[in-house]
Amino acid sequence: MKVMCFHLMPYADLDLSVRDKYRSVWLVLPNSHFDPEKGATLYNRYLDELELCAELGFDGICVNEHHQNAYGLMPSPVVMASALARRTKDCRIAILGNAFCLREHPLTLAEEHAMIDVMTRGRLISGFVRGVGSEYFSLGANPVFSLERHQEACELVVRAWSEPGPFAFEGKHYHFEYVNLWPRPYQKPHPPIWCPSMGSLETIEWAAHPDRKYVYLQNFSPTESVARYLNLYREVAERRYGYRAASDRIGWCAPIYVADSDEQAVREARPHIEALFNVFLPKLSELMFFPPGYMSAASLKQVLIHKRGHRGGARIEDLIARGIFICGSPDTVRRRIAEAHNLMGFQEFIAMLQFGTLPGDLTERNIRRFAAEVIPAIRPLTDRDYRGFELARAGA
Amino acid sequence: MALGVDFIEVRGTRLAYRRGGAGPALLYLHGTDGLAEWPEMLDELALGCDVVAPDHPGFGATPIPSTIDDISDMAYFYLDAIAALGLDRIHVVGHSLGGWIALEMAVRSTARFASLTLIASAGIHVKGVAKTDIFLIDPEEQAVLSYADPRRGEAAAQRASAEKYQETAIANRIASARLGWQPRFFNPRLERWLHRVDRPTLVLWGEEDRIIPPAYGAAFARLIPGARLTMVPRAGHLPHVERPDLVIPSIQRFIADAAP
Repeated sequence: MKVMCFHLMPYADLDLSVRDKYRSVWLVLPNSHFDPEKGATLYNRYLDELELCAELGFDGICVNEHHQNAYGLMPSPVVMASALARRTKDCRIAILGNAFCLREHPLTLAEEHAMIDVMTRGRLISGFVRGVGSEYFSLGANPVFSLERHQEACELVVRAWSEPGPFAFEGKHYHFEYVNLWPRPYQKPHPPIWCPSMGSLETIEWAAHPDRKYVYLQNFSPTESVARYLNLYREVAERRYGYRAASDRIGWCAPIYVADSDEQAVREARPHIEALFNVFLPKLSELMFFPPGYMSAASLKQVLIHKRGHRGGARIEDLIARGIFICGSPDTVRRRIAEAHNLMGFQEFIAMLQFGTLPGDLTERNIRRFAAEVIPAIRPLTDRDYRGFELARAGA
Repeated sequence: MALGVDFIEVRGTRLAYRRGGAGPALLYLHGTDGLAEWPEMLDELALGCDVVAPDHPGFGATPIPSTIDDISDMAYFYLDAIAALGLDRIHVVGHSLGGWIALEMAVRSTARFASLTLIASAGIHVKGVAKTDIFLIDPEEQAVLSYADPRRGEAAAQRASAEKYQETAIANRIASARLGWQPRFFNPRLERWLHRVDRPTLVLWGEEDRIIPPAYGAAFARLIPGARLTMVPRAGHLPHVERPDLVIPSIQRFIADAAP
């Protein structure tokens, strides 16, 4: 399998007591709590961490997009991917992802992705996302048209990357008389497209379509959810579209912490992973992350019921037990990933090696340990180590 | 007075509505919460009017057609709907989102309007005066903020809590977002056409409206030619629910005076 490192670039210097003063670190936390001096140090540290991953032989380094929050400081992942482009040589640079549909003109992002792809001689992976619900508040896009706009924007971007221009694009939400990208991307027909998701049937059905076969990436979730959604991709491919999905079409992203022993790992990671789940993630209202129309009424009803009560109070023991967080000695971490691979068969694994408030020294140690003691053991895992997908065993 | 449920096909959409009473036509256009909580005011008004209260497309029992993407589509839909229903010389009463729909209809054509009553209406923006973002708060909190009387607010919050995962409540929120997400519940170009509202207009507003502040009532009264503003004491965003003792006679008198 391929192993990459993902960075969320949180505002790790956040005064955690804001949790008691504000209802969320998303959208409503005043940006007076952002200190540009500290921000400068963090940005440069985080870029160093990703560059270190590239030096240590990771298959790729990954960034993403979030707006108006302390959880992830990359409103433009393109800026970070550009900074990394000239400082790395061989590894893939993955933008996981960019929300093209939040833009009034998605081609501005398509142009930027094409520039990075050309600059790096084809090392870009392009992630297509809709953005989390809170982004629809931040940027004013109507969540009711999110799915329509997402699918239309993606069609526009793929055509712009792969078809000779100029041509006119005639959509419902986007209509442009002139589509003619200079530069075209380096890779043919276009950079690989990934769909990072928290698990939406609409996304899976769309990504698995035989015309697309985009990589589906499940972001940190309990093992049972990861297994359900990754299997759903295979199931949709087989049952609906009549083909067998390759294992390199599915990926899993999880936070990881490696130390000498399980005890040491838990002790060192505890405040930082708990900060991620109890301070950086909790939302002002459940509706803030699932605004009306962001998903179908039926899906929304399910999500609202399942997410009830998830407003902090997470403990590391529980996060580990549910498989949301992989934490322990190198042996434990290797075993956990191999077990998960046996169960789900993903050929793309993305490790988030900095999380919450995890400081630079622990992050660097985590990266080095993971590279030296975990990657060599998991990289050789192939479909031969996967128990295989049985349609009969999948849900109805 | 019980209003019966009926349906009418309007250009391919099966519009659900309740209708009852006799007298001049009165079209009631509901707000973002739909008609799940029936405004008893309508039973009273049906004693002297032919009251028609539809579920807007996307709300309650009316599906959303692919032809309605925004408030402009909704206005044209309702102009078709009142023609299909054969209503004329209508006293249109709109609450909140429903007031906005009524205004968008009126600036396009008042041909079938006799009068217009706006209750805590959306539709315009008053610079510097923030409305409550109902999409950022839970339905319980919205319920509390909708009443001036805290006990009524609390009772409404309990009902909202029980109902918020029900399909109708979710569908109503989605339909509200479709029309009013961006910009929030107003059309920047509506204000410049309000001079076209050439029918008697009554603007009713709760003095303690925390969803759309009373400054909006004053603005409508200023922008619509000849409009009369009546402030309702000890009432929030639902003055017709909270103070029917004041609102019903006010509407009845206005309709009697405005009768063509």
